[in-house]
Amino acid sequence: MTQSSRVAEPVIAPALEMRGITKRYPGVVANDAIDLRVEPGEIHALLGENGAGKSTLMNVLYGLARPDEGQILLDGKPITISGPSDAIAQGISMVHQHFMLVPVLSVAENILLGDETMANAVFLDREEAHRRIRKLGQRFGFEIDPEERVGRLSVGWQQRVEILKALYREARILVLDEPTAVLTPQETKEIFAVLRRLKDEGHSIIFISHKLYEVLEIADRITVIRRGKVVGSRLPSETNEDDLAELMVGREVQLTVDWGESHPTDVLLTVERLSARNDRGREAVRDVSLEVRAGEIFGIAGVAGNGQEELVEAITGLRTPTAGRILIKGADVTHEGPRRLHQRGVSFVPADRHRFAVVLGFSIADNLVLTDYYASPYARGPVRDDQAIQERAVEAIGQFDIRTPSATVTAGTLSGGNQQKLVVAREFDRELALLVLDQPTRGLDVGSVEFIHRQAIAKRDAGTAILLVSAELDEVLELSDRIGVMYRGRLVAILDGPTADREQLGLLMATGGREQAAAVAGAA
Amino acid sequence: MAARIIGQVLVPAGAILLALVVGAVVLLISSPLVTGRFDPLLPLATYAALVQGSLGSFNGIVDTIVNATPLILVGLAVGLCFRAGLFNIGGQGQFYMGALAAAAVGAGLAGSPPIVAVPLAVLAAAVAGAIYGFIPGVLKAFAGAHEVVTTIMLNYIAGFIISWAVQGPLRAQGASFARSPDVGNAMIPVVLNQGTGHEGHLGIILPVIAIVVIWRLLFRTTIGFEIRTVGANPDAARYAGMRPRLLTIFALTVGGMMAGLAGATEILGVTGYMAATYSTNIGFEAITVALLGRANPVGILFAGLLLGAMRAGSGLMQIEAGVPVQMVDLLQGVILLFLAADVIVRRAFRIRAATGAVTEVADVTRSYAGKSPAAGA
Repeated sequence: MTQSSRVAEPVIAPALEMRGITKRYPGVVANDAIDLRVEPGEIHALLGENGAGKSTLMNVLYGLARPDEGQILLDGKPITISGPSDAIAQGISMVHQHFMLVPVLSVAENILLGDETMANAVFLDREEAHRRIRKLGQRFGFEIDPEERVGRLSVGWQQRVEILKALYREARILVLDEPTAVLTPQETKEIFAVLRRLKDEGHSIIFISHKLYEVLEIADRITVIRRGKVVGSRLPSETNEDDLAELMVGREVQLTVDWGESHPTDVLLTVERLSARNDRGREAVRDVSLEVRAGEIFGIAGVAGNGQEELVEAITGLRTPTAGRILIKGADVTHEGPRRLHQRGVSFVPADRHRFAVVLGFSIADNLVLTDYYASPYARGPVRDDQAIQERAVEAIGQFDIRTPSATVTAGTLSGGNQQKLVVAREFDRELALLVLDQPTRGLDVGSVEFIHRQAIAKRDAGTAILLVSAELDEVLELSDRIGVMYRGRLVAILDGPTADREQLGLLMATGGREQAAAVAGAA
Repeated sequence: MAARIIGQVLVPAGAILLALVVGAVVLLISSPLVTGRFDPLLPLATYAALVQGSLGSFNGIVDTIVNATPLILVGLAVGLCFRAGLFNIGGQGQFYMGALAAAAVGAGLAGSPPIVAVPLAVLAAAVAGAIYGFIPGVLKAFAGAHEVVTTIMLNYIAGFIISWAVQGPLRAQGASFARSPDVGNAMIPVVLNQGTGHEGHLGIILPVIAIVVIWRLLFRTTIGFEIRTVGANPDAARYAGMRPRLLTIFALTVGGMMAGLAGATEILGVTGYMAATYSTNIGFEAITVALLGRANPVGILFAGLLLGAMRAGSGLMQIEAGVPVQMVDLLQGVILLFLAADVIVRRAFRIRAATGAVTEVADVTRSYAGKSPAAGA
């Protein structure tokens, strides 16, 4: 049942209604009188930039934050939610962007965690659990083996396990936080089919995403939040991507940009037959060779976990290769550390900014000098020059539009987009030879994505060689001059960027070039 | 800024307050043993005597400062290492080695002019402590041996080295028990309350200097920035091209130096020699000081003064209220307990975590099994 148009007087009470939710944190109103109505059997998309207040609203719904004002109604009845277990008990479940699964446990064991189906006081009723899980899967259109180990499943199937977990707990309201961020286009299609089945069964789904075309494809209604307020509610039939982007950001945004032609010159980075192990000692990069020229963006596409991370760490000096060579401007840098490479003009924007790129407990100013704190003008000999650091911070905050009350607040108080702008400010704003970008826009909103892409193109046009790793196929396609596909540690193909075909890339990512796409998803 | 300082102080203050409450309960229960009857006023009398003994007179204040001096120095040794992400339990051993070096060099220079003897003996203590911190630093950096294990072992070794040295090569001729010779002219001069039994030696300026130096090191130099980065996020430190191994060695060495200096203040400022039976708990009390001071040099100053005051006041407490001095150990222990389990303190006084927004986000991502970590699952 789709929402045909705005009905004046709803016949049935909405499955979920959040009324006038206000949540203040010191210095910010994260949610300002937000109203959200989700009908039974509706896929309701929640759109908004990072820091707009989506997470806070979902924290309120999940019982992790107590609203200062407002009411939550379930089937028209006011309820209070004391915590996540209470939310689950009342039929509200969340599927997180980063899956909460234990890889060494089976599908069934993961689903049962925290809600064990017991045969008696001591033992699990495995048979009954397996039966229920199989049945649930079939109901929503997929066959799943409850005894398969989760670590052996593809990302798309792991997500299905997460959804099953929620359904097993009899969730009626399902919150999906950026469910497609880690999926290939094929996997996205499949998960959408599952979501539609769920909806047909009367489940309500809150779908959080940044991908506008996806939202338009799957949602029955779209609510847009900006700076803590609802700025609009749309039916997909009466809106388009440009309209939504403008609502989200509050100004016109160029969604599809022609970034102009690149003018590659000399080879700047050469990777020769490089191999490297991952943290568990398994070979993660196998015999990879590539070249990136000055003024060129070399994109690496691939499903997350196919060796991209290790490749990038080897190139940036954070991981010692087991074989092969790395050359920058012809000089062998295979065994040089991050400091030396940084001085050679290599900048690195890592995928996991909380792990590498930002110290959350440090001020913005300190984070802005994290990689050159020791050099002039930020230090004179061993003594830091706080004034110079402060001045740099004020300059960067203005120039890169980092939204913060001051340069002295900790980086942990910034939204994800602003943290990434901080990293970009630090790593882009200097003389560069090679720029390595690993998932530079993961989890960011359209405004921030556009900003970061613009900065990257400016660097390209200034003659920087750029190595771009992204699981977002759109990003790789939009920016790259050439595209390499990584599959199980190998670079299985290098394609010409402007002429590369989306479907072909998706297939290469999923299968490494073997023509058996179907078999992969069906590993279970 | 002010709000941030208050935020830093809330949990330690809450821990102290709760410890006083727990102490009061213990005193109430045990009052029949102390006074022969149930005495609801015993906690008040005890705490009043403690305050009177430590802050009620000039003598008391001097005692407090003298007692606080080594606590602050070893507290800095622990606190600096905390900043680098290291748990230095070796303050004890580093203190012992500093004390031994001060006793040995002091005895050797007992006849030299004080202007030579005192600085050299103090320097010897600093070097000995530094070496004794350097060892676990190297073991951690190049062999991956965990500093908690190595420093505990080194504490034992230090104890044995002392008893060997004082019973053997360093034994004073003709003394009735095993002790080192008097340090004579190497004794740090007394500057306050000469001849009252509550003397204050010049060594009380060492913690003040050390606090300024460590504070400046941590917050004004590039190496301090590196130490704090390694402690806060070792991966980010690597990414930024810092050298975590060298920083580990550096932090433990400088920490050891501080603890070594503390040993000097005890031998050259208070006892004048070292006995084979010399024993102290300072390494562990200093952990309380460092935690109570939030690993901040200024915080460590106040925490050291507080614990020093409790030591200084414990004598009068025993005389006036009849409560054994071990009551102070109990209070210290309970403070440490509440600091370690700061969730209890936060709950009791409804103190938000310092980075409210961030922890909430983290809570969301960790909570799927339906249990909120905040609920103490």
